[in-house]
Amino acid sequence: MRRWRPADLLFWGGLALVTLVLSLASKQIGAATGWKWLTKFPKGWELHADRAISTAMKWLVEDAALGPLRFRDLTRLLSALVEAPYFVLRDFLIDGFQIGQGQQAVPVLPHVSWLVVVLGFGLLAHRAGGFRLAALVVASFLYLLLFGLWESAMVTLASVAIAVPLGVGLGILLGIAAFRFRWVDTGLRPLLDLMQTVPVFAYLVPILFLFGFGAMSALVATIIYAMPPMVRITTLGLRGVPEEIVEAGRMSGCTPRQNLWKVRLPAARGLLMVGVNQVIMLTLNMVIIASMIGAGGLGFQVLTALRKLDVGAGVEAGFGIVILAVALDRLSQAIARRGPVVQAQGGWMARHPRSLALLVVLLVSYPLGVLLPALNSFPESWQLSTGSFWQGVISWINLNLYDQIEAVKVFALTWILVPVKQLLLGIPWPWGLALAFAIPAKIGGWRLGAMGLAMASFIAASGLWPEAMITLYLCGVSVVIAMLIGVPLGVWAGQNARANTVLTLVIDTLQTLPTFVYLIPVVMLFRVGDFSAMIAVVLYAVVPAVRYAAHGIRSIDSQLVEAGLVSGCTPRQLLWKVKLPLAMPSILLGLNQTIMLALSMLVITALVGTRDLGQEVYIALTKANVGKGVVAGLAVAFLAIMSDRIITAAVNRKRGEDHA
Amino acid sequence: MEQPIILECRNVWKLYGASADSFLQSHGMQATPEALRRANIVSAVRSADVTIRKGEIFVIMGLSGSGKSTLVRCLARLIEPTAGEIRFEGRDLLGMSGPELIALRRHKMGMVFQHFALLPHLTALENAAFPLEVQGIDRKTRLDRAMQVMELVGLQGRENRYPHELSGGQQQRVGIARSLIVEPDLWFLDEPFSALDPLIRREMQDELLRLQARLHKTIVFITHDFDEAIRLADRIAVMRDGAIVQTATPEELVLNPADDYVAEFTQHIPRAKVVRLGTAAKPLGPGPFAGDLTASLRVAEAADRIEAAGLPFRVLAGDGAPMGEIDGRTVIDILIGREVAR
Repeated sequence: MRRWRPADLLFWGGLALVTLVLSLASKQIGAATGWKWLTKFPKGWELHADRAISTAMKWLVEDAALGPLRFRDLTRLLSALVEAPYFVLRDFLIDGFQIGQGQQAVPVLPHVSWLVVVLGFGLLAHRAGGFRLAALVVASFLYLLLFGLWESAMVTLASVAIAVPLGVGLGILLGIAAFRFRWVDTGLRPLLDLMQTVPVFAYLVPILFLFGFGAMSALVATIIYAMPPMVRITTLGLRGVPEEIVEAGRMSGCTPRQNLWKVRLPAARGLLMVGVNQVIMLTLNMVIIASMIGAGGLGFQVLTALRKLDVGAGVEAGFGIVILAVALDRLSQAIARRGPVVQAQGGWMARHPRSLALLVVLLVSYPLGVLLPALNSFPESWQLSTGSFWQGVISWINLNLYDQIEAVKVFALTWILVPVKQLLLGIPWPWGLALAFAIPAKIGGWRLGAMGLAMASFIAASGLWPEAMITLYLCGVSVVIAMLIGVPLGVWAGQNARANTVLTLVIDTLQTLPTFVYLIPVVMLFRVGDFSAMIAVVLYAVVPAVRYAAHGIRSIDSQLVEAGLVSGCTPRQLLWKVKLPLAMPSILLGLNQTIMLALSMLVITALVGTRDLGQEVYIALTKANVGKGVVAGLAVAFLAIMSDRIITAAVNRKRGEDHA
Repeated sequence: MEQPIILECRNVWKLYGASADSFLQSHGMQATPEALRRANIVSAVRSADVTIRKGEIFVIMGLSGSGKSTLVRCLARLIEPTAGEIRFEGRDLLGMSGPELIALRRHKMGMVFQHFALLPHLTALENAAFPLEVQGIDRKTRLDRAMQVMELVGLQGRENRYPHELSGGQQQRVGIARSLIVEPDLWFLDEPFSALDPLIRREMQDELLRLQARLHKTIVFITHDFDEAIRLADRIAVMRDGAIVQTATPEELVLNPADDYVAEFTQHIPRAKVVRLGTAAKPLGPGPFAGDLTASLRVAEAADRIEAAGLPFRVLAGDGAPMGEIDGRTVIDILIGREVAR
């Protein structure tokens, strides 16, 4: 283990001590000196960037015009373009095709039979992953049918089906542009960073402003949220194509354009499919969240259930999301994994037996649906509800385990959450700014320090200092707990094959769940408040902690472990002296990811009544206050970016020391 | 008698580093390895001269890092040389525009790669047809043509497999088929068999010789394996640290290595497999002779007959004129590697 240098020890110890003293005594100092500005950022010094942004936005929407073309017309045109296929799909899946408007509407064709949809996905799953996958997918859809979630699920699915191709297509195009032109890459990189770190609620506000409440806003927000990884993966994939394959293309006489479209892009197919899977999962996550701005669907069911505290409906709809998420994830992964295979010979019918069968069923289902209404819409009498059961479970828990749960909650609040909160809130903001410079500067050099200072100053000058401190405290506590749980689990999984199998399954499932789902059980059991938020954040953010720790342990060169064994290490020594130090960079990367996920979840937990930056964004959303939403969103993004840069710098420094 | 020159390169340099261009201009051709290293420039190819004639197998041999792969990429203009002149069939290769170069590759050049470089999303047949596809030739024509080259390389019956479903040797056969489909004049093979198992490698070398006997291409073959070079080459260029140390026939290399570095490679090569009768022959004696042998035969190929005959054989040059004699004693000297005063 690396020994601490005395200078380092003095620096960190001194910093901690001064912070502690200042935090505890700030009120007294403020009172004694009469410097009120010390504890509270003076109103007169605030920047009011939010007002400027709001004004600019208003101008953009109401007055901005390029010649005769007003900006508003442009957004309307865009809306129409994206909404048209969305509504066709909706008509096909749920609403049925009609001619005319409102009362005069004449139904032309009813919506497609549920049987066709189930069969279609089943056949696709069978083609991609065999019978087991087909069974899983069909069972998932049957669940949605049986629990009366079909229409909501189809609304969600329609949004996903429109947003995914758009997200993937735009992502690939931008990725190609970034690959071809260096300036696009340099310009795009920070933008993508922002897109991925600005909390989703923050850009819901301006989007709402531009496109209005409804499906279009939801789709735009979804695409913005889900596209960045596709861009990155496309660029990465194109760069990663083996040089030989590119040369083979050139020697075959490809023009540069042919080399891109016929050689590089197809050769990067494997990685691109991973990107598609990510886009699907992020899209689903966002479509659920976007139910707040009119996307409807399963997310809306959960939202209403949460608002009414209807446990049963909430749990059922939550499971519906989980099941849809797992089914879509497995299906897209199977399609991604399935490399090209030998095609059957013969005519179209012989080569596409599944498509043929589906087509036949589709055509037959319409006339049959007239005779058998049950085929058309799944009859309500066949549906189940476990709502009362879940209600019962929660009631039972609340009745019988209330004391225990309450005890845990009270303990956590009094001994961990509240003291940390007081400590952070007590820090006078000038010293906070000093810390925002000193810590990154110590780890990553003065440039990083300057960046930290600039970002912290922006937060302070926006009057968001206390909210930022609450965010920091909730995030910090949650991350520490997530790491304390996750790293040992990961280390265990890294050394034990069976533990790994089980944990991988759990983690994979946790990771496919849309963030929204985490709130349901937490609120049911712990009511609203910081403790609930913390639990939800820990659950969501523990995944990378486990995954990266396990990866770090597993990827250690087995020779080094053997060298340790031969040197006479006990298993404990082997772990502490060989494996953990070697896995440290990977664990730190896991920490980085954990912080990112914690921050993004923290914003969602604003729904369960935290008082942090997320709440600010959420309030801005409900009041459609663009400036406030953007500023608070930027503040969250700054926290995320700073923690990312600091950890990256720390990892690089550690690597540098190891090599020195 | 001598075949026309297909590819000729003079004084080709490829340097990597910030100041590579200006360095070469200021130092001219006196850029020594030491000077380059001081200027923080990596020299991949230094002042290479190569002349390749129609129909020969020209092997560029060198260990990894010797610059052979860089040189062949300069010859195919996959990378731009820092300096030098390359002429392909008399035309200035380095002065060609992008479209000219593409046209050239579409009709005159083919290349086989070390790791096969097949496109993973195309079947074997579609891979072989790929150069025709990018030329815009219709699907039926190009697949028919690809079928022919697949048969040529012995892959009929596997046309519809994808690369990942084929063994390494089979994948490289697809690579060869792809490079041959445009009937190139100049055929680059960049360590084509290095990624294969030794047994498959020998099989593929035989395959190459079989194809060459039929197609008479001009071949530039890159390898790090001296045995392979000896086996295939009409002429070999040995590279070291970016420079060509010696260019010669396998026989000359073995008998007169230019320096210790080349000798290091040649000393383990059985002389009898390289040396031809014309070189081993002594001045023509009075006879009697057991018969006539052509000068281009290798000693190992004729050893049994010479040794069994008891009498010397007359050695005839290409035009049929006697140029010397060879007896069992000489053959044995060469076989056991005894130094012979000649």
